[in-house]
Amino acid sequence: MRILSALVIGMIFGIGIAISGMANPAKVLNFFDIAGSWDPSLIFVMGGALITTAIGYRIVFGARSTPIFEGAFVVPGNKIIDRRLVAGSATFGIGWGISGFCPGGAIPALGLGYSETFIFIAAMIGGMLLARGIDTAVFKTAKA
Amino acid sequence: MITEFTPYMSLGGGILIGLAATLLMAFNGRIAGMTGILGGILPPVSSDWPWRAAFLAGAIIAPMIYVMSGNTIGFSVPISTGALVIGGLIVGVGVMFGSGCTSGHGVCGMARLSPRSIAATLVFMVSTGITVFVVRHIIGGI
Repeated sequence: MRILSALVIGMIFGIGIAISGMANPAKVLNFFDIAGSWDPSLIFVMGGALITTAIGYRIVFGARSTPIFEGAFVVPGNKIIDRRLVAGSATFGIGWGISGFCPGGAIPALGLGYSETFIFIAAMIGGMLLARGIDTAVFKTAKA
Repeated sequence: MITEFTPYMSLGGGILIGLAATLLMAFNGRIAGMTGILGGILPPVSSDWPWRAAFLAGAIIAPMIYVMSGNTIGFSVPISTGALVIGGLIVGVGVMFGSGCTSGHGVCGMARLSPRSIAATLVFMVSTGITVFVVRHIIGGI
């Protein structure tokens, strides 16, 4: 059941991303291009998603102490804003500003069937694996 | 390149994203963050990979069905293939070190007022804005 629910919820997420415009790099880049061809649509995506999730989470956490198909909620408890978080997020922004694709926008965009999305996803996965490799080779070894 | 302002479709899409984030927490007890979900099916693969693969498959299949049933979704990549590859690599490295992206930090983390997610979202929104400005108005396209 947890697999089926993830599939159906993934479908809702994918449709939401696709119709919102987040799967369209031109639209995403125009949102950030206030000095040029500005398209403010993404304020509505982020606003709609954020308000719905904030209300939804309140209802879920208020009504239940465990999720319906699992034993416990898995929610990050770390509150420390470290260099790694800030540097990683700043780096992500550079890539998002170059490409117009973020992971949440690009994965549903695969379903639209354009070759550019496949190229982006392949490069992004390469970057993710590279980061993991650096992490294992440099940071974890340095700590140990 | 101009894109059409679509407040109603964007708001509707945003509400569906929020609904999906809420349901994933209610049923599976998980944050709907694409970086984290995708990261768990990349080597070394997490033991709970099946729900992750199912979520990602659903997220890809639904837009496919939507366009196959005659609807159109705007899509345009206004940059070169080389820039796309470099952008992809940078996004991949950034989201792994930043522990999340627009969905995980920007929606789910902000919704639960996580200080890390608020900081991450502020940083990447500013960084993206600066990058777009530099690329479009200083370099003049890539």
